Amino acid sequence: MKLKDIAHSRTGDKGDTINISVIAFDEKDYPIIKKQVTTAKVRRFLGETVKGEVVRYELPKLGAMNFVMQKALRGGVTRSLRLDKHGKTLSSMLLEMPLNTND
Amino acid sequence: MMPEKTIRIGSGAGYSGDRIEPAVDLIKEGDLDYIIFECLAERTIALAQLQKMQNPELGYDPFLEERMKACLPHCVSNKVKLISNMGAANPIAAAKKTAEVGRELGLADLKIAAVFGDDVISMLDFSANKFLESGDSLSVLGDEIISANAYLGVEGILMALEDGADIILTGRVADPSLFLAPLVHEFGWSMEDYPLLGKGTALGHLMECAGQVCGGYFADGVKKQVPNLGNLGFPIAEIGSDGSFHITKLKDSGGMVNAATCKEQLLYEVHDPSAYLTPNVVADFSNIHFKEIENDKVEVYGASGKALTGKLKVSVGYHDGYMADAQISYGGSYALERGNLAIEIIKERLQTKNLLVEDILFDLIGVNSLFKEDVSDINPQEIRLRVAAKTKDREEALELVNEVETLYTNGPAAGGGVSKSITEIIAIQSILIDKDQVKPKVEYFKS
Repeated sequence: MKLKDIAHSRTGDKGDTINISVIAFDEKDYPIIKKQVTTAKVRRFLGETVKGEVVRYELPKLGAMNFVMQKALRGGVTRSLRLDKHGKTLSSMLLEMPLNTND
Repeated sequence: MMPEKTIRIGSGAGYSGDRIEPAVDLIKEGDLDYIIFECLAERTIALAQLQKMQNPELGYDPFLEERMKACLPHCVSNKVKLISNMGAANPIAAAKKTAEVGRELGLADLKIAAVFGDDVISMLDFSANKFLESGDSLSVLGDEIISANAYLGVEGILMALEDGADIILTGRVADPSLFLAPLVHEFGWSMEDYPLLGKGTALGHLMECAGQVCGGYFADGVKKQVPNLGNLGFPIAEIGSDGSFHITKLKDSGGMVNAATCKEQLLYEVHDPSAYLTPNVVADFSNIHFKEIENDKVEVYGASGKALTGKLKVSVGYHDGYMADAQISYGGSYALERGNLAIEIIKERLQTKNLLVEDILFDLIGVNSLFKEDVSDINPQEIRLRVAAKTKDREEALELVNEVETLYTNGPAAGGGVSKSITEIIAIQSILIDKDQVKPKVEYFKS
């Protein structure tokens, strides 16, 4: 199973910082996401893309989490050399994260 | 129990270049009291300031005239007040232009307010003010600074509403404050009632991207199906004097409003959901939940707020060198190998020529241009090499793009379709200043 099977997501940007929401389609799947989509795992999964700190905020009433990542846009929207200067595609990238089905 | 008084607000734009028809539909059929157009992105105001320097009558939103022509007649006939940050770097010129459009359309006696005072460039303290992200003091940029605009709160818009303005054009105002202002005005909310201001800010944040809460930027074509995206509707919020509200859209418009579209929009561009900083309140979204009360109608519960910080965020725009972008394509067998060979050649040339770049990126488009670390076992028939670099001066940028072009006769076989571009970078960084230092001002114009 992959994260995309149970969650959806959107990236937002401010300066050189992005946030990626991870939202359970069905709120009953929130505990799986909370357990498995950890800050460390997100950091590893996005690799070199994100150079700064990654912080996770939990929103149990929405069955959602918000990951805030610094130094993720190679200097920010107006300076980034990347084709996707806003990091908008990273939300769908994150949804490719494999999950352990035993949880 | 329904509150005594309710207000209906529509969102007419999520950004400057957004579609205009859905806004016109909302004004005509939405039974609105207000329509808000949020058109000012983080970086746009610096570009607008540059435009104003070249021509003092410009520096407002490039679509202002077109939007006003389409919307004003319906605003007048349906008694809908219009609030927008389309004033950008020049709200006064925007208000004058709007008055002119009004006169051309035969709409007499429109009271148009320009809200300004967000331009704080003359108030910058080059040694004391420090950038939030880099920690550098402004003095390192010296003459490169183009603009400094503070995110104003509701105060200027409130003054204009109290004076009976029909159309209000602002410069930099915090996006949700554009929506909060009419609520404070209509309901007489205290500026110290932070839970109420937090609710109004949540409404503003959900509405500010227009189509996004109605299913725009949501569809994935598989698990997230959105009906009739070609005719996406923009949202309407109905809010009561107690801060309760729901989000909906016009019945015959495309898209959808449900808990999932609201959740994505709620977290969009938010950092700590329990502390969303605005000039009027620290909004708390952490206990928000949504209930689908009818098809395309979502009730929003649990928003709140805390006392504000006393600081305003200021976006500082400055010249930050040049961006060079040059591309070349390789097709057929060994396309990837030739692309990689071209990268090696460019790297060698940079070293030999001692060409200084502050940052450089090699994208093999079709292979690794978005997710570099996930590339494995790809054997493409066509790839496009993109070399992007940031340089201090235009000359270096020019040399760089020419190095890619000379691959035509000096590089791997069968390279084709070179393109080159050099653009000036206008960078944005933020600082904080004391709110007391900034005084919003209002001027009026008649159509």
